[in-house]
Amino acid sequence: MSTLGFVMLCHTALHRASQVARHWAERDCPIVIHVDKQVDRARFDAFQKELADLPNVRFSRRVHCEWGTWSLVRASQMASKQLLREFPGVRHVYLSSGSCLPLRPVEELRAYLAARPMTDFIESVTIRDVDWTVGGLNDERFKFRFPFSWKRHRFLFDKCVELQRRFGLLRKTPDDVVPHLGSQWWCLTRQTLTAILEDPRRNELEAYFKLVWIPDESYYQTLVRNYSRSIESRSLTLSKFDFQGKPHVFYDDHLHLLRRSDCFVARKIWPKANRLYRTFLTGDGGGPRMAEPAPGKIDRVFSRVLERRTRGRPGLYMHSRFPNPDWENGKTAAPYSVFHGFNDLFDDFESWLSRRLGTPVHGNLFDPKKARFAGDADIYAGCLSAEAKLRDYDPEHFLTNLIWNTRGERQVFQFSPRDEQRIGAYMSNDGNAQLSVITGAWAVRLYLSNRNFSAIRQDAATFQKREVEFINTLRHVKSRADIRIWTLAEFIEEPMENLQGILDAMEGASAMRLTEAPRMADLSGFPAFLQALKNQGMNPVTVGDFPHEGVSHRPSVDTNRPYLVS
Amino acid sequence: MKAVRRYGLRLERKKYLVRAWRKSRSLRVVADRTDAIQPNDVLCFCTLRNEKVRLKYFLSYYRDRGVSHFLFVDNDSNDGSREFLEKQPDCSVWTTPASYKRSRFGMDWINRLLRLYGHRHWCLVVDPDEFLVYPFSDTRPIPALTDWLESSSIKSFGAMILDMYPKGPIMAQPYSEGQDPFEIACWFDSGNYMIERNWDYGNLWIQGGPRARTFFQDTPAKAPALNKIPLVKWDRAYTYASSTHMLLPRGLNLVYDEWGGEKTSGVLLHAKFIDTFTEKAAEELERRQHYAASAEYRAYHAGLTENPDFWTKWSERYINWRQLEILGLMSKGNWA
Repeated sequence: MSTLGFVMLCHTALHRASQVARHWAERDCPIVIHVDKQVDRARFDAFQKELADLPNVRFSRRVHCEWGTWSLVRASQMASKQLLREFPGVRHVYLSSGSCLPLRPVEELRAYLAARPMTDFIESVTIRDVDWTVGGLNDERFKFRFPFSWKRHRFLFDKCVELQRRFGLLRKTPDDVVPHLGSQWWCLTRQTLTAILEDPRRNELEAYFKLVWIPDESYYQTLVRNYSRSIESRSLTLSKFDFQGKPHVFYDDHLHLLRRSDCFVARKIWPKANRLYRTFLTGDGGGPRMAEPAPGKIDRVFSRVLERRTRGRPGLYMHSRFPNPDWENGKTAAPYSVFHGFNDLFDDFESWLSRRLGTPVHGNLFDPKKARFAGDADIYAGCLSAEAKLRDYDPEHFLTNLIWNTRGERQVFQFSPRDEQRIGAYMSNDGNAQLSVITGAWAVRLYLSNRNFSAIRQDAATFQKREVEFINTLRHVKSRADIRIWTLAEFIEEPMENLQGILDAMEGASAMRLTEAPRMADLSGFPAFLQALKNQGMNPVTVGDFPHEGVSHRPSVDTNRPYLVS
Repeated sequence: MKAVRRYGLRLERKKYLVRAWRKSRSLRVVADRTDAIQPNDVLCFCTLRNEKVRLKYFLSYYRDRGVSHFLFVDNDSNDGSREFLEKQPDCSVWTTPASYKRSRFGMDWINRLLRLYGHRHWCLVVDPDEFLVYPFSDTRPIPALTDWLESSSIKSFGAMILDMYPKGPIMAQPYSEGQDPFEIACWFDSGNYMIERNWDYGNLWIQGGPRARTFFQDTPAKAPALNKIPLVKWDRAYTYASSTHMLLPRGLNLVYDEWGGEKTSGVLLHAKFIDTFTEKAAEELERRQHYAASAEYRAYHAGLTENPDFWTKWSERYINWRQLEILGLMSKGNWA
């Protein structure tokens, strides 16, 4: 006589339930099936007929079941009672559902349970220890009354909770009841189960649990603490829940994952997963193995998708992820560096930096004419076009696309007051941006240009105005970027130290000392140029206090040779 | 949202429904097998004109993925498309000689059929050159997806159009009937899409891809929209407002997560750019039946006669849905 019996609750996909029931029954496991009363008579009769040839398959009285209500507990109570009564040899009762699928031969489960004859396998955790539930109802499940159905009367349900919260209408838990929660799929010993079902206080306890929210996750889980001699707080049924509290479904492509999990039973299986049903309901395997269930791998798969659903991939904008401002969890995908004014001050800054970093360095990506990608490419990673109009149509996504498309390779580009400025605010709010700014460096380029002074003066005014705006944006309280700002005068006092500082921040502590410096523009007539601007009524304040005598400590810059710094 | 505005959208929805009824009066039944539709069937709705060469692969692609019934509106084809579809056991066909443009690019006809036959079904609305790729599409049929969406109380499933193109000139590799078009057009742009939110209807507006970078580089605002919501658990009160880009009621358009997470989504591989295209572009230019006075086709025509090659060294070669997911063009969300 079998020592293991099943209770099965079904409401849909009855053809699958009957397959599984037959599988168990034929392997000498008595089974009592409860079919939801919502299933119409004809389908129920057909189902019953299908299993009529099996003497150890019984059907319990049907009740109308609804998710989250007492009816599910009621159904399992009646079915278990019937199972215990009609099959006195049963030692362990296994509660399963119609969408469960045995993953290991039933002999293995029987042997596993026979080796632990007094152990109850039921997940049972105190509500204080785990954030079990979704949607805030944790200990409130036990403190409030839930007379309304969540599925059918959502409005009333919510209002009812709200009222109880406002007026503090707390219920008293019965004596000796310490609320516990856990998966509703358990495997209990005859002793424990009968103790629960034949409890002299059963009426009182039921009255309490009938108004608890989702009692099928708490009734047995709580009471088992009062009676069991040995509890293994885990479910033998592999059943994963997603962030909305609904079970994950297994498909044909999970076959290997399920097989390697060594779990006894899995839930929930997609009814049309033919390959799973075919595979697991046929072969009985060799001799019984005593492997412990190891759902860890499956856990990882599901926690990864949970993360993907709730937090997503930082810096990705697409048709199913478009976060509201400040909910991006990372505006861009990876850190990047922006140099403002450096290629005005240094002649060969981009090629120098590219050599130094060993990665491509872009020019001015927001140049009004076209995006200056590294190597002056017209198309860059991800088929990003350098076309100015396309870029300026949506500059923010131009930038996020670039960073996303080149994940794994730090992007470095130049910026200046000559460029399209709209992106400035976006970068300053982005924690991934490293912005290094030399203010007033635009004046160097103007100084070196061969243009009429009136035009230069006009440009200088425009650039300075833009630069001041940009600096103000960077200094805004909300800016999150890693920002360094020097005036031109400050920067050239110690150019190598400053560059070294930026590179250290980019590469971490491992940054090597700079050995080769970029070539600085010839600034010998620059103080006079600044003075000329001032004389024209345009004060280049962002340049800083540029020394009148020029730059003294600099080695000769007229030789076109890089210099070494010890 | 203000009550007035909400009411405005309601009126707009009603307007589309009435319009659908009015415009659908030109539809003539060719083959009506809709009585074979079972309660849980996934249905496919499609408007077409002269697409015979594509249909064989189109039907086999979606049959393999569990679509049970196809409902076609044939807009006056003369290449045998209608006759071919009429013979298929799982296709219902209507035909109309009326103007494609004046039925809002076929949407009025489809809205009518959706209302009549789509109620309480998962309905897939695609063009004959659009092929839905969704998470696990290589191992799970569409009903697996729709069952899961339904159990998650999700009513609509978003997919972005991904323009596929061959390497080299479009005309170079001929397409033969029944062939997988992505054997030829197997390249795509992975990361040049621009997204904006349409606050009125709550949908996203996505532009970009090879069409934007080759044909619309000077007028990016006119580039075609790539956002689509092709798979919906239909209700007879629903209506597509503009192509399959957006729906009413507007809640159905929220196929994206606003709080940083990723919702489950797919991609519509667009096999437009194969050798049939230049001919089609010329014809459509002539007919002027497409959006914005066929501006798109005019741009194509001009562009295509010059240098019909979308391929760049940064183009990605299509492998499978997992590749698209890694590239961030779709997401499995919390479906595992």
